[in-house]
Amino acid sequence: MAKKDSFVNMVVTLFVITAIPAVLLGFVYKFTKEPIEQAKKIKLSNSINLVVPGASTAEINQFSVMPETGKDSLTFYEVVSENKIIGTAVQTYSDNAFGGRITVMVGFKPDGTIIDNDVLEHSETPGLGDKASKSKSDWNSQFKDKNPKEFNINLKKDGGEVDAITAATISSRAYIDALQRAYDAFIKYYNSSDIEESKVIEEIDEQIEQKTELETNDTEKGGVE
Amino acid sequence: MNQWKNFTKGLIRENPILVLILGTCPTLATTSSAINGVSMGLATTFVLVGSNVVISLIANMIPSKVRIPAYIVVIASFVTIIDLAMQAYVPAIYETLGLFIPLIVVNCIVLGRAEAFASKNTVVSSLFDGLGMGLGFALALGILGAIREILGAGQIFGIELMNQGALVFVLAPGAFIALGYLIALVNKIKK
Repeated sequence: MAKKDSFVNMVVTLFVITAIPAVLLGFVYKFTKEPIEQAKKIKLSNSINLVVPGASTAEINQFSVMPETGKDSLTFYEVVSENKIIGTAVQTYSDNAFGGRITVMVGFKPDGTIIDNDVLEHSETPGLGDKASKSKSDWNSQFKDKNPKEFNINLKKDGGEVDAITAATISSRAYIDALQRAYDAFIKYYNSSDIEESKVIEEIDEQIEQKTELETNDTEKGGVE
Repeated sequence: MNQWKNFTKGLIRENPILVLILGTCPTLATTSSAINGVSMGLATTFVLVGSNVVISLIANMIPSKVRIPAYIVVIASFVTIIDLAMQAYVPAIYETLGLFIPLIVVNCIVLGRAEAFASKNTVVSSLFDGLGMGLGFALALGILGAIREILGAGQIFGIELMNQGALVFVLAPGAFIALGYLIALVNKIKK
């Protein structure tokens, strides 16, 4: 039978029953802390490597840049190989998405051309807005190798050159909003430290092109429609 | 024999979702695909088995006035364990389910079994009860997720079956429709 409901009994029971799990959870937290950080690190480095090919073997400078619009700062991952910037991955966001905030990782060449881009986190509708993510459709590959300076990254119905995701205009606009925020911040940040000799950049461009070619070949083999 | 009964009753006869209609919130929210449903079901099974065993062990030591907070602490501890473990070892599934894992704490199946079964029965009975109820929950979630995935996205476990599904089944209304028909079907068979 249960113990008597005396005050002391209740206090002691509740104390013991909260103290034991507290200690146990402390241990569990300690054991899982490392793998959790590891998993997050792998995810981040994978996404940087996706948008700036070659990042996994290069040095990465991480810093925050405050965009002109928006509440939070963007995170820049400057990928430096042999003392040259081969690209910058920008973690950007938009709060105008259908499900609140959408977080996007986009890689720029030093001249501002988009290397590649993908969704990091979103809460868009499955089957509609989640097509912005590479794992669901190839919608976002239309930004690949485009420089927002020449290529109007707005939707066609907003006077741009981009096709919206079918039945997910709001998600598409939010994605573009995120890209635009990243591009503006990128241009503003690097304008002060003017782009170096064009010769160097050409060389880098070639390298990146080769790498992207390799990558696209790989994905084709992987059986993407 | 008796233990076998404790185990199987949760699967069909007293299935928490299809017969007892408990814990419908995570059911409706996480079954947009079969794999999500099954993972959520298995996470809940782990919590249910753990909390049932511990609660049947300590039930006699707890004054009845504070039993609910005591049970919740036990349940919350198991939920935190599975939450951290999933973050660490299956980050991909955690990403889609992450929001709902902490909510297992308030899943009425878990507290319901603790109060209605584990606090009055032996450890072994409670273990089998938790296992049966948990797997019954996982089974129902898996079936519901599969129906919604097939009808809504035209695929099952990510394998394409049809070109395009009826999108409504992936969205919230589809969850209600599919669950309603599933319960109706189970009732029909039971009669």
